[in-house]
Amino acid sequence: MRVANIALQQPAVRQPEPAAPAAEPKGRDIHLRFVGVGKTYQAANGPVRALRGIDLEVRRGEIFGIIGRSGAGKSSLLRTINRLERPTEGQVLIDGEDIGAYDEERLVLLRRRVGMIFQHFNLMSAKTVGQNVELPLRVAGVPRWERQRKVAELLRLVGLEGKRDAYPAQLSGGQKQRVGIARALVHDPEILLCDEATSALDPETTQSILALLREINRRLGLTIVLITHEMAVIREICDSVVVLERGEVVEQGPVWRVFGDPRHAVTRTLLSPLQQALPEELLLKLQAQRQRPDDRVVLELRYTGEREPDLAALIGGLGTEVTLLASSIERIQGRALGRLLVTVRGPARSQDNLLQRARAHVDRVEVLGYVAAD
Amino acid sequence: MSLLIERLWQGLLDTLTMVGVSAAIALAAGIPLAVLLVTTGRGGIFEAPRLNAVVGTIVNLFRSIPFLILMVALIPFTRLIVGTTYGVWAAVVPLTIATTPFFARIAEVSLREVDHGLIEAAQAMGCRRWHIVWHVLLPEALPGIVGGFTITIVTMINSSAMAGAIGAGGLGDLAYRYGYQRFDTQVMVTVIVVLVALVSLIQLGGDRLAKRLNKRAS
Repeated sequence: MRVANIALQQPAVRQPEPAAPAAEPKGRDIHLRFVGVGKTYQAANGPVRALRGIDLEVRRGEIFGIIGRSGAGKSSLLRTINRLERPTEGQVLIDGEDIGAYDEERLVLLRRRVGMIFQHFNLMSAKTVGQNVELPLRVAGVPRWERQRKVAELLRLVGLEGKRDAYPAQLSGGQKQRVGIARALVHDPEILLCDEATSALDPETTQSILALLREINRRLGLTIVLITHEMAVIREICDSVVVLERGEVVEQGPVWRVFGDPRHAVTRTLLSPLQQALPEELLLKLQAQRQRPDDRVVLELRYTGEREPDLAALIGGLGTEVTLLASSIERIQGRALGRLLVTVRGPARSQDNLLQRARAHVDRVEVLGYVAAD
Repeated sequence: MSLLIERLWQGLLDTLTMVGVSAAIALAAGIPLAVLLVTTGRGGIFEAPRLNAVVGTIVNLFRSIPFLILMVALIPFTRLIVGTTYGVWAAVVPLTIATTPFFARIAEVSLREVDHGLIEAAQAMGCRRWHIVWHVLLPEALPGIVGGFTITIVTMINSSAMAGAIGAGGLGDLAYRYGYQRFDTQVMVTVIVVLVALVSLIQLGGDRLAKRLNKRAS
């Protein structure tokens, strides 16, 4: 039983894809495009700019992550895709078509092509699981037998066959989100929007929901746009990511690039819970400036390349007294992302040389500070 | 004794007719009114602040007039509608007009409590606005509306006794004429017992129904 269990759980763990460096995932055609999108709210004490100058492209079939701290504008940006939020500037184009000018009738049709799931599930408490999933079809005037067939099919897809007649209050959080997913997919949409879909769930349930979203993405080939404040979610399933801060895009790119080589301070802050930090006793001693000529240099070395560095040569290049403080290697989208924290003895005059030599082996070298040699 | 029972029976029937007819009209008119008040408000799905203000003011106006005064003030209108100002049917008019705004306000509160996330989800799934009213707002608010309607009926029984005093018949009339004017304690006590039983029965039924409709906790 134990063995069977492990085998079952395997797919939930990120597997290195056979077609490794997935730099150009699933074709190049652009599904969604944001052109100079801005949103200004009229608040009591003057206008508030929730979004400004957003230019983005989402490829067909990819899982596109939007991350940022709370209040960064993620939610507003996501909602411009199904016009729950209307931009005050710029355009949102789906398959090249500007959705800004749609009237109510065309909006209704658009929203049937764009499914959405929510942090708090937003299921109708007075309706059974089956009725909740059926509702989008009912309001679209789909005949009863067709609705029944579709509901059964989707409940099977999300693994809730036996729960058709249960009420949402009788379900766990993960099950409720599965109902939400079934409801969002009932019109066979081409885009799925996920609004903090796992933020109200425990870590284990989060994994199972993410695995389900990934499976749906692969099996149905739909484009997924998700927002989250957890980098772990992005790492788990996204192909591309944008980092929002105060309504602006501060960083974007393939997930392996943003994780392996975060450039903006906000991205680093968001990543920090996932990374090993410097040991505390070292942090206390860390100086921003060199105090004595024989101080040790604390370095952060990162590599994001397809090949992994030759460790022996790297250490050799760093000198003779290298101590390793922390190291991590993860594989994202088939790439090895490494991060090493080391201290080296580096006299002031040869420091530039030292950094130069290190750069020959890794992609990014950063001096975090200095500690006194003891 | 048998005379008392006969009168009591007639009074009960009159009260039930007055309250039943008025309640049915209040239900039919109050729910649309409540939906109007909620959906035309700020941020509502049929946002229309002016209309909302006008309807809100009218509702408040009727709600602030004591029933006894309203009843008298409405006499010409009642005559216009039912052709008489005396009897059961004449009482239905002021009863309906007094309780519809009352019920509308109570139903409005229940409708307003429907989580905005549900409305957003409905919009996101391609519901038209009247779909949202029919498939989301009303079903989700139903347990609260049933509870509010129960309160409304009890209030109506209360008011109908007052209507009885000016010649509408019913249990109130019976208690007033025999109990108050003729000092017949037996009639008075019997009417009180019947009223208490009636109100308890309605409250119990309403509570049960509301509980059965509420699927939020199980």
